[in-house]
Amino acid sequence: MIAIEAIFFYLVALVAITSGFLVVKCKSPVNSAISLVMTFFCLAIFYVMLHAPFMAAIQIMVYAGAIMVLIVFVIMLLNLGTEVGRRYTHGVVWAAVLAALVLFQAVTFVRSGDITGLKGSITPDMVASVGHTELIGRSMFTQFLLPFEITSILLLVAIIGAVILAKRKV
Amino acid sequence: MVSIHHYLVVSAILFSLGTFGVLTRRNAIVIFMCIELMLNAVNLSFIALSSYLGNMDGQVFVFFVMTVAAAEAAVGLALMIAFFRNKESIDVEDFNLLKW
Repeated sequence: MIAIEAIFFYLVALVAITSGFLVVKCKSPVNSAISLVMTFFCLAIFYVMLHAPFMAAIQIMVYAGAIMVLIVFVIMLLNLGTEVGRRYTHGVVWAAVLAALVLFQAVTFVRSGDITGLKGSITPDMVASVGHTELIGRSMFTQFLLPFEITSILLLVAIIGAVILAKRKV
Repeated sequence: MVSIHHYLVVSAILFSLGTFGVLTRRNAIVIFMCIELMLNAVNLSFIALSSYLGNMDGQVFVFFVMTVAAAEAAVGLALMIAFFRNKESIDVEDFNLLKW
């Protein structure tokens, strides 16, 4: 009996990897942006398959909804057309060798190892009954409260920095 | 069945595709998009491991990675707009004032 979950996983993985490849390959930056949005949607599907529905929603809202919209606005603002010059720098072969090396090393480490950590207490049944949002809230506002507050300061600094960098007369 | 290795291999493939894009593309905005691809590959690894180990720490970290990526997007794109205003191009081969 062929598991339907495995077929679904391979299908979504194929779409995600094809979209990732198109991000690198497309001549027009708008096409790359649209392929990246497709990759983000496939990753959100993966998060739902991994019993993390809150992170899937946040992924779509923040990445596909905010960051990609910002990127497309900047592409339209700068009025970039299709690239007329060369698309790649002169080190394509060396970069391909390096990327293949990174891939080979990562896959070797993944296939030869096993997960040896102690299993925690969060099971899919607990995620379904208690609610994923509450579990993340319990963790983030008690144990990770300091990074949360620091992140808010980081966002304030980023907003001020972005406004100053893009002004005409500072 | 879909084990943890499947998710980690997909994450590795997306990460290496992003690496190739960062190293070879000349358009600064496309380089930025490939960096976002790499960050998302790592997010997938975090959430896959968090799910298979039954721990919430990985997912909270992904939350913070997304926040930092959003802040970086704002500042990086403002920087590119400032570049474009000076040089009329965002080809990284043209950013060569510091070259020796």
